Amino acid sequence: MRAFEYVVADSSAAARALAREVGAARFYAGGTTLVDLMKADVERPQRVVDISRLPLTAIERRGDVVRIGALARNSDVAYDATVAQAFPAVSEALLSGASGQIRNSATIGGNLLQRTRCTYFRETRWRCNKREPGSGCDALDGFNRGHAILGTSDACIATFPGDLPVALAALSAHVVIEGDAGERTIALEDLYLLPGDEPQHETSLAPGELITAIELRVEPLHARSHYLKVRDRASYEFALASVACAVELDGGRIAQARIALGGVATVPWRAVDAEAALAGAPPDDSAFRHAADVALSGARTRAHNGYKVELAKRAIVRALRTVCGGAA
Amino acid sequence: MSTTIERPATAAPVTHVGRPLDRIDGHAKVTGAARYAADAPVGDVLYAVIVQSTVAGGRIAEIDETATRAVSGVVEVLTYRNAPKIPAFPFDFTVPFAEQLAPLQSDEIHYDGQHVALVIAETFEAAREGAVLLRITYAPGPFQATLEGAHETELPDNFFGNAMQVRRADPEAAFAASEITVDATYSTPVENHNPLEPSATVAQWRDGELIVHDASQWVLGSRAAYAKAFSVDETQVRVLAPYIGGGFGCKGFFWAHQTLAAMAAKVTGRAVKLVLSREQMFTSVGHRSSTRQRLRLGASRDGTLRAVLHDVQGESARVGAFFEPAGVVTPMLFAVPALSVSHRVAKLDIPSTTAMRAPGETPGTYALGCAMDELAYACGLDPLEVLRRNETETDGESGLPFSSRNLLACYERGAEAFDWSARTHAPRSMRDGGELIGWGVAAATYPAMRSRGEARVTIDAAGTIDVASATHDLGTGMYTILAQIAADALGADPRAIRVRIGDSAFPLAPVAGGSMSSASIGPAVHAAAERIRREVISIATSAGASPLHGLRADEVHVVDGILRAKDDPARAIAYADVVRLGGSGALEALGVAEPGKEQEEYSFHSFGAQFVEVRYDEELARLRVSRALGVFDCGRVLNAKTARSQMIGGIVWGIGMALLEETVRDDRYGAVVTNNLADYHVPVNADVPAIDVLFVEEPDLKFTALGARGMGEIGITGVAAAIANAVYHATGVRVRDLPIVPEKLLGGAAQAAWRK
Amino acid sequence: MRTTERPAVPPRSSAPLTLRLNGRDATFVVEPNVTLLDLLRERAGLTGTKKGCDRGQCGACTVLVNGRRTLSCLALALVHAGDEITTIEGLANGGELHAVQAAFVEHDAFQCGFCTSGQILSAVAVIAEGRAHSDAEISEAMSGNLCRCGAYPNIVAAIAAVQGAG
Repeated sequence: MRAFEYVVADSSAAARALAREVGAARFYAGGTTLVDLMKADVERPQRVVDISRLPLTAIERRGDVVRIGALARNSDVAYDATVAQAFPAVSEALLSGASGQIRNSATIGGNLLQRTRCTYFRETRWRCNKREPGSGCDALDGFNRGHAILGTSDACIATFPGDLPVALAALSAHVVIEGDAGERTIALEDLYLLPGDEPQHETSLAPGELITAIELRVEPLHARSHYLKVRDRASYEFALASVACAVELDGGRIAQARIALGGVATVPWRAVDAEAALAGAPPDDSAFRHAADVALSGARTRAHNGYKVELAKRAIVRALRTVCGGAA
Repeated sequence: MSTTIERPATAAPVTHVGRPLDRIDGHAKVTGAARYAADAPVGDVLYAVIVQSTVAGGRIAEIDETATRAVSGVVEVLTYRNAPKIPAFPFDFTVPFAEQLAPLQSDEIHYDGQHVALVIAETFEAAREGAVLLRITYAPGPFQATLEGAHETELPDNFFGNAMQVRRADPEAAFAASEITVDATYSTPVENHNPLEPSATVAQWRDGELIVHDASQWVLGSRAAYAKAFSVDETQVRVLAPYIGGGFGCKGFFWAHQTLAAMAAKVTGRAVKLVLSREQMFTSVGHRSSTRQRLRLGASRDGTLRAVLHDVQGESARVGAFFEPAGVVTPMLFAVPALSVSHRVAKLDIPSTTAMRAPGETPGTYALGCAMDELAYACGLDPLEVLRRNETETDGESGLPFSSRNLLACYERGAEAFDWSARTHAPRSMRDGGELIGWGVAAATYPAMRSRGEARVTIDAAGTIDVASATHDLGTGMYTILAQIAADALGADPRAIRVRIGDSAFPLAPVAGGSMSSASIGPAVHAAAERIRREVISIATSAGASPLHGLRADEVHVVDGILRAKDDPARAIAYADVVRLGGSGALEALGVAEPGKEQEEYSFHSFGAQFVEVRYDEELARLRVSRALGVFDCGRVLNAKTARSQMIGGIVWGIGMALLEETVRDDRYGAVVTNNLADYHVPVNADVPAIDVLFVEEPDLKFTALGARGMGEIGITGVAAAIANAVYHATGVRVRDLPIVPEKLLGGAAQAAWRK
Repeated sequence: MRTTERPAVPPRSSAPLTLRLNGRDATFVVEPNVTLLDLLRERAGLTGTKKGCDRGQCGACTVLVNGRRTLSCLALALVHAGDEITTIEGLANGGELHAVQAAFVEHDAFQCGFCTSGQILSAVAVIAEGRAHSDAEISEAMSGNLCRCGAYPNIVAAIAAVQGAG
């Protein structure tokens, strides 16, 4: 870990100002990703701005909108009664991630900005376009069992590692961002950028912007939601494939459905075509399988991750069946 | 000091031995008071951080230390350019150098992950930053780090006394005459030990003497190695390892970082603390070789073996000598009339392979155990029945009878406890709810070894009993069983006995490896304690001032540290008073135990049977071990609590081996890419089910007077086979390539079955 | 806008840091790049907290921060100014072991002991969180603490025993 300047911010505005004073600043919220990657010499901030004690931790319901402060801890959000009831997929996703200890430190805002677990990104010895633009990608022809099959490019196949953002994508969450021009709110999916030719650009945040909250709408669709994670170990591991889904049933038909995938894509992956395929369909395995096929139709596999296509499809079917209450 | 040579077959009356006594080191471990190597309270310490090569061959072209030396607090940077010269390490296993290569002696690179520099600083943070800022440029050269394309292969004759190329009778003819043949190739990956404690060394030189707090499974071996490396007498080196945070083999040999720590201390004249990072643990302290094992079984239709061929291909480092002798169990585990066992070892440009929990037996019992299951299915027979039908009373390799072999009893008790008779034979025939259930079984075995061992028992004038030996407790329970053994011999409370181990200044003990510590040191403690007891009684019955004066030795007994006349309990004297009567400050005795000619008369092995249930959620390819039972015959159980724990630990290792663990190298670079505990998956709590352990306990008095064979390694053997066999039973898919991860169950046939 | 009471700490400079350590105020002078784990081990002399991976992947460094179980390896020390830190050394009440410590001894919930400090602090928090009501729940809640010796079944038994007695 290189030397850096440490400064505590006493307001979000102060935090942003402090961050903009130097070329390479990083906000310290929970520290779980930042400290890890600073030890790996992947993150080399000149200045660390400690925002961990800013009062952005509330979970508040205003009308049909639940606003979760960016500094709320993962564990507090997971066990929040409103969240667990109105957004089961969010609670399940949080509890499937990391460990109890890490969930106590990690924050919601930080979780949105979690960096990939790609081995070739996490050690400076390897070629990585994300870490060192233009250097090449050692994952393409390397050990890529864990790598993405959706949203990839010839420059990067690094998997987005998070669970929560996948659930948030399925539940059409919004992200509240504070910048010099005030506050703006964007759809969660608009936070993330596909790697394309410039995988070093991961989000649409401008320099000095700070995520202050996420917002979720309370509605029947979101209450019937579920997060399913498939991994090698039974716990404390990143996903090989994961699915967040939400379904609203109308009589014997699916009125509307939401599906997002994790562990298989470079960003939290909303499967919009699969959602459309489910609209109006009966909640049965045949419809679920069709949706799964649609969701993975654009998959591009490498040497070791071909299995993820089948695994993700099965996970989609299982998650939909579960959320439909075994209606199939 | 008096010395007593322990003789076999003089079993002492047993009271404490065998009981489930709580660990006597437990309090220290649950309060944080137990100090492991990196916790040593050494003042004014410097911190050293290693920098490793990032190429697998070639040489160092350039080193730029400018930025490193500019970090405030950095004291020194050691590279091949300025490191003190170290004599080449001899490589004959008399001194346990893991690698021939002494560190920082040339610009040559032999493998990826080789130590190439050491940054020494006043703080850990400064050393860590200095290491990051060190710029090393390489002139990369060719390397060979995969079995494919290996151009140098050895056919070793021998591995620590075991023949590696074995031929018995006429296997070709026996195969030709076999009604049933199974022929399959199994592979196991590179694995790393990953004890929770990273290897650590705190070294300091004081007046020409080297004192080292070391994460070492062999303090005397390390002492010899330090002495050789720094050209000092062994008496000038003291190695301390009272607590070791797990080892499993990776702290048995002597590794380059140990040399570096002592070198840094010498160069700086200060105490130096060097702790390997978790990432460095993957290339710095050895690994288990990958294996490819062809098993060909020829049998009669009734499942009895007629011939076995076992060809093992594995890897070994050019700079090392260790390899995985996976064929070592095949000549002795079952009755095999005709046999061919071969080992082929590719020499590669990789870090040294080393012993990892039951080297040889672990991958060997996996491959052989799976092949036996395949044979059972080929014969249409119950797999346990096929194991039973191939039982033998003699070691087919040595021709000697086993000292004790209760494998059939292990099968019987296991089958009963596991309810094996409820198993239905056909694959995919057992279900529970939406999940497929599979039951698998395999045999376990590990040789019982012992080495010369010594222990000193002392009673001081306060009556305190002290046991000292240069042995180790890696979590194995040595502290506790030695207290129990001494307590029985001395009629004392084991919790009142002070056991001191892990110090090279103490009497001789072998490496904590090969499951031989308790059989080597236990009898030595027993002998020393018996000797003390006789001396105490002799003083108590002869000293005029003693209340027991005039009694014969057999008229006295000792209970709770008090000597009493058997027929008049009022006539009594405490140990402390006897010591004072004896006129010296303390009584002490050295006990020595060593193997004798029984080694020529019997084959000594432990045995066991592993039963496993897996549950398989086919849709999600989600496989979990839901039940495990190990039944073991290890001779006498010295402590029922710690023994059970050790077996559970072995079974947990088997779960990791079967389903999770794999060290992956990027073949393009010859470099490990799963070098952390997020990518190298050791089982977590939720991966481990309730595990039952049973012992078929028959003290092996042919082996030692205590009758205990070792327990460190047998627990893992056979587990991976039992799991792989259970997976076949559940799924109908034979995965012959560990670990059994989801993608191996999502192949063509399995996929079709789910889609239908 | 910059906070007045907590001025910036320049690189390679040290700043005073006071935290409540096992019930007592303790003050150190540390650089920004010192983790809470290294502070405890190398500067506070509390070596009961272990470094197993230093990267948030093993749980050996678990301590309680304001009562919540936390990985001290992924935390900068300066961030925890004023926080109440409990390490394994602060758990026993004088000579009397905490119930979880005693249960770990009785149920042989460790072998080498290296992960044990983290396991015990994690277990104390899991019980306090009310997430130790079944073996399955305990197993899941304790999965952030690796034990390479494989003492997991005994760890579950020890925690269940304390939960049952509590």
